[in-house]
Amino acid sequence: MSAVEARKSVPHRYGPYGGQYVPETLMPALAELESAWLDAWSDAAFRSELALLARDYVGRPTPLYEASRLSERVGHAVYLKREDLNHTGSHKLNNALGQALLARRMGKQRVIAETGAGQHGVASATACALLAIECVVYMGEEDMRRQQPNVQRMELLGARVEAVSAGARTLKEAVSAAIRDWVEHVDSTHYIIGSAVGPAPYPAIVRELQRTIGDESRAQLLGRVGRLPSRVIACVGGGSNSIGMFAGFVEDAEVELIGVEAAGEGLASGRHGAPLTAGGRAGVLHGSLSAVLQDDDGQILEAHSISAGLDYPGSGPEHAHLRDSGRARYVAVTDKDALVAFRELTRLEGIIPALESAHAVAWLLANSVGELDVVCLSGRGDKDLAEVIALSASR
Amino acid sequence: MSADGIERIAAAFAASGKRSALMPYMMGGYPDLERSLAVGEACIAGGADMLELGVPFSDPLADGPTIHAAATAALAAGTSVSDVLDLAAALTGRIAVIMMAYANTVLTPGIEPFLDRLADVGVSGLIVPDLPFEESDELERAAERRGIALVALVAPTTTDVRLHEIGARTRGFLYVVSVTGTTGERSGGPVSLRPLLERAKAATNVPVALGFGISTADQAAAAADAGADGVIVGSRLVRAAGEDSDGAAAVGRLVAEFATALAAPVA
Repeated sequence: MSAVEARKSVPHRYGPYGGQYVPETLMPALAELESAWLDAWSDAAFRSELALLARDYVGRPTPLYEASRLSERVGHAVYLKREDLNHTGSHKLNNALGQALLARRMGKQRVIAETGAGQHGVASATACALLAIECVVYMGEEDMRRQQPNVQRMELLGARVEAVSAGARTLKEAVSAAIRDWVEHVDSTHYIIGSAVGPAPYPAIVRELQRTIGDESRAQLLGRVGRLPSRVIACVGGGSNSIGMFAGFVEDAEVELIGVEAAGEGLASGRHGAPLTAGGRAGVLHGSLSAVLQDDDGQILEAHSISAGLDYPGSGPEHAHLRDSGRARYVAVTDKDALVAFRELTRLEGIIPALESAHAVAWLLANSVGELDVVCLSGRGDKDLAEVIALSASR
Repeated sequence: MSADGIERIAAAFAASGKRSALMPYMMGGYPDLERSLAVGEACIAGGADMLELGVPFSDPLADGPTIHAAATAALAAGTSVSDVLDLAAALTGRIAVIMMAYANTVLTPGIEPFLDRLADVGVSGLIVPDLPFEESDELERAAERRGIALVALVAPTTTDVRLHEIGARTRGFLYVVSVTGTTGERSGGPVSLRPLLERAKAATNVPVALGFGISTADQAAAAADAGADGVIVGSRLVRAAGEDSDGAAAVGRLVAEFATALAAPVA
């Protein structure tokens, strides 16, 4: 892990975004969490325990792989940050393990988590198995259907998967259900939120635990080719792999930061998961103010994406601020193009990407004017095989 | 109706004639708009002293399954914020109405326009269950200018430091959440109601009302015995509004039972 300076305080706002829009019941718990986090993150023993586990258990640093056939296809050098090679198959364990260690340090005997694609649920269940903490994962029924192998993995790991049947039965409702559980059991329970969303201090904690992606990528590239990338590309659902990747490069003004959201059936269709790209008024969802899909009355709209991890109507507050400030650019890729990229990367490189990560690859394939790009391959696609094959058969 | 909302709430507490003022909660637009008006009228006829009117929201984090489902149903039936304001307008002539709306409902149209609409229809107070005082400065000032009571909540988890800050800032009354949890019916009662209420009363000059998890007349009576100035009954009434063929009549009967349980002893 890189030497990140311990912060004296945790940001609550990113420009106008962020904040703590939660019931009063949770406010003392958020204060306790912030204080425990600051204490842990400035404790060398905590940091070294996490660093050791990151190396020997998670498998960090992950490779920065020069994808030669993909590079040839787009006409310039492309490096893939191989978060798919982490234990459990995605970047999610970086955060889940750090927060599970924090939960243990806080004396919490029970952990809850939400999951969309199942990757964060699996990562949380894994970290809880390792640390012998009870784990309950909330997951929408629709996501349980399309990510069945991950449900089985979580149960095998000893977690209880709670089916959420409200609304569109996807990630948004899973987060809501997890927050309600936390309101009921706040004294005994830590909520490991899986993305860079939620009330402060969560977006800051998730960013710090995921910034290893960006810090490693930067050091690896400088060591290899002695220069910075022209573009860094990562998919954005809530935005944890992207904020972690961006954190390594945000100070390098010459590096363009590209966040790729889910355009679903197309931005014009209204069936998408691209609140940052689509614009519109900011709104409050799951405890923070950020870009959100909503109607004129402030009702949150359902998102749509082929990828369960991007099927979310909100976004991390820091992303909304990076967009407004112009430091990062947000674009969107349709289900159809993501599926094409899923196949293309598999054939070109022998790497089956998660459908989420395939969005970042798809944007690269359609925008091949860079010089040297780093793409965050946030997860592997084994979990998506059944869904992709079923979709291909139905077409 | 042009009476100051804060004064109107104070007057309603003073004039209840009960051990604790009775404040039924209803979901605007549930089961549909027309029937929810009947529910509101039944609450008044049954002896309510004030009425809490919920604005349905897509993602109500403070609510348990009953009120969440009612909000979902109200939205599915096409209920808009304007519809709920119309509903309020039809009720505020007869009873002090306190609106319960989630933060995004208030912030999306803008705080000033939203409060103007509340003032126009004669709403006396506003509760925003996901807006802790850290986020409420602007709304507090805007509500104060209109005489609308911004009612704050405290929970069993609230620290003493927070309790005194909230107790000083709340207007109309202090909403004491009786359990660590979301809204919903619970059997029995919280073990330490009296200490909870005593803590709350020591921290504020306004009346203290207890809500969340009060679903039986016995629980309401226990809240009154423990010193609550007001009792809020939500999920039990919302369930009745939805499950009976004549939901309004069922709500009216229940409200009358609660009113009886809270009645002052005959001298």
